Amino acid sequence: MSTSSAAVAEQTRELTLAQAVNEALAEELRRDPAVFVIGEDVAEAGTPFKVLSGLVDEFGPERIVDSPISEAGIAGIGLGAAMTGLRPVIDIMFGDFLTLVMDQLVNQAAKTHYMSGGALKAPLVIRTTLGATRRSAAQHSQSLHAWFAHVPGLKVALPSTPADAKGLLKAAIRDDNPVVFFEDKMMFQLKGPVPAGEHVVALGVADVKRTGDDLTIVATSSMIQVALEAAETLAEQGVEAEVVDPRTLRPLDADTLVASAKKTGRVLVLDEGYEGYGATAELASRIAADAFYDLDAPVRRLGAMDVPIPFSPPLEDLTVPSAAAVVAEARQLMGLDERSA
Amino acid sequence: MAAPDTELVAAGTLEPERLLRMYRQLVRIRLFEEQVNELYRGAKMPGLAHLYIGEEAVAVGVCEALRRDDYITSTHRGHGHCLAKGAAVDRMFAELLGKEAGYCRGKGGSMHIADHENGNLGANAIVGGSCGIATGAALSAKRRGTDQVAVCFFGEGALGQGLVYEVMNMASLWKLPVVYVCENNLYNEYTHYAETTAGDIPARARAFGIPAEEVDGQDVTAVFGAASRAVAHAREGGGPGFLLCATYRYHGHHVGDVDRSYYRSGEEEETWRTTRDPVVGLAGQLLDTGTVVEDDLAAVDNEVEAEIAAGVEFALAAPFPGPAEVDKHVYV
Repeated sequence: MSTSSAAVAEQTRELTLAQAVNEALAEELRRDPAVFVIGEDVAEAGTPFKVLSGLVDEFGPERIVDSPISEAGIAGIGLGAAMTGLRPVIDIMFGDFLTLVMDQLVNQAAKTHYMSGGALKAPLVIRTTLGATRRSAAQHSQSLHAWFAHVPGLKVALPSTPADAKGLLKAAIRDDNPVVFFEDKMMFQLKGPVPAGEHVVALGVADVKRTGDDLTIVATSSMIQVALEAAETLAEQGVEAEVVDPRTLRPLDADTLVASAKKTGRVLVLDEGYEGYGATAELASRIAADAFYDLDAPVRRLGAMDVPIPFSPPLEDLTVPSAAAVVAEARQLMGLDERSA
Repeated sequence: MAAPDTELVAAGTLEPERLLRMYRQLVRIRLFEEQVNELYRGAKMPGLAHLYIGEEAVAVGVCEALRRDDYITSTHRGHGHCLAKGAAVDRMFAELLGKEAGYCRGKGGSMHIADHENGNLGANAIVGGSCGIATGAALSAKRRGTDQVAVCFFGEGALGQGLVYEVMNMASLWKLPVVYVCENNLYNEYTHYAETTAGDIPARARAFGIPAEEVDGQDVTAVFGAASRAVAHAREGGGPGFLLCATYRYHGHHVGDVDRSYYRSGEEEETWRTTRDPVVGLAGQLLDTGTVVEDDLAAVDNEVEAEIAAGVEFALAAPFPGPAEVDKHVYV
């Protein structure tokens, strides 16, 4: 059996990440009547980012439910609905507002299946955002995904491309566990090829976004875009970086990360969450433990600076890893430059 | 459990079978909890236990107004709710002792016991933490086109939690079939609720447009009547209801709370025990009306006593889960 490349091309369109998310939701809402969306300004407004535009027209206000500004309440109601036969997609406008749903997510949803000895389940998705540099200051800019990866019972997805956003979201909605799904708000307008129709990316399968033999850059979410840009610069300097995207922090496809590390012998881990006690620490530790004898240098990591995100643009830009910072770190890792004191 | 005959309820006349069934449930909870206290004091039960003794009429009266496929969510003081909704004594004891035969394979314990088959979505160790779950179950019932109702049991201590008001607001906006049952046992742990609760409690529900009723939580037929009205209203699409049940816990906040003199008097405890006991109250009502004779009640008492004894024996002999159980059910 063969599929002509022309046929494949016809089935793949250039979409923004926002359009890909919208398409995934629309397809899942059509496929399964148990799926519904609940959140603030999700219906006619289509969210402040317009990601959900048009869904209420097709599915109606019963399935695209505008809620009060009650994050804990909608998380709790979503959980109760999930425990009794529905599949809610709960929209939390900014990842920073996850602080308001911590009990419902961490003490309740994450433990529902376990505490009931497997009798109950909580098939819900929390869709939310991460990412700085939108000049939104300290309460609308954090990347808090590591908190949720720290909690057994939750899954955490971090799409880095429009195609992955569609495929991972469809998988998250079909998953019988609570999934926290982070979209970088600075990537909503990012365009990329997205397969039409059924395109599901299994949770827990990493993806090599660029191959290379000299260095592995493990990156998440929008940091993949930063890593790919850095890899182009490095290539001009004769360094071929492999860029690996775990795509989900839980479950974690450590095997793919370790295999790349063993191949290249040098690893830089990149993530927009805080560096201190962050996702980079766990990823670096796993790689260091399992690829130790194949590594030529200690695993390095870059995360957000450990400060509240400042408003002032020149200050904010200092807090997030940039392509230039990745290049500099990679060159030091390769022994091309001295490490600055 | 069968749906109540609303005409009989309205007339204040209840079928003898129903009254006797409620009596049996009151006694079952009372003796179950007394046994829990013994197990704990005998160091046979690990962890914590929050006894429901004194409050039995609330769970029994409310659950008597529910069908098996209706939902409840419960609290850290949840053994009574679980039994009233239909759970079996032996599997409950097994859960409380951390045994694999328990309702949650021993992994939930006293504060998280759930009984999916009977619509109990779980006890909850976060005060007010299950209000969202109950409200979501009601939203789900409505969306799925069933006529199921969800009941959210919570203590008056949960009135301090913001989540309660977030979900009551949505339940009223969307006319969800949920009944909020506030068990006012007077004490937020070790603090009288008057020190923590401003204004008028039913007014809080009414502010959201939710009909609220106050009921004597020691009178099981009164609770049943009020619950039947609220449940019928919710089932018919009328939206949420709120019941404030005046009740009292005879024991401490938990079994280790023995010296209670710094927050309430022995006289107060004694008055509730001797003048407002729900089991004695219903027994007296049944005898006074000639519904039953002493021997009938004694027969129930004996049967329940034997059931409890057999349940404890089963649970004590049951095996603990094997080590392989520890990381099962983290994910589906």
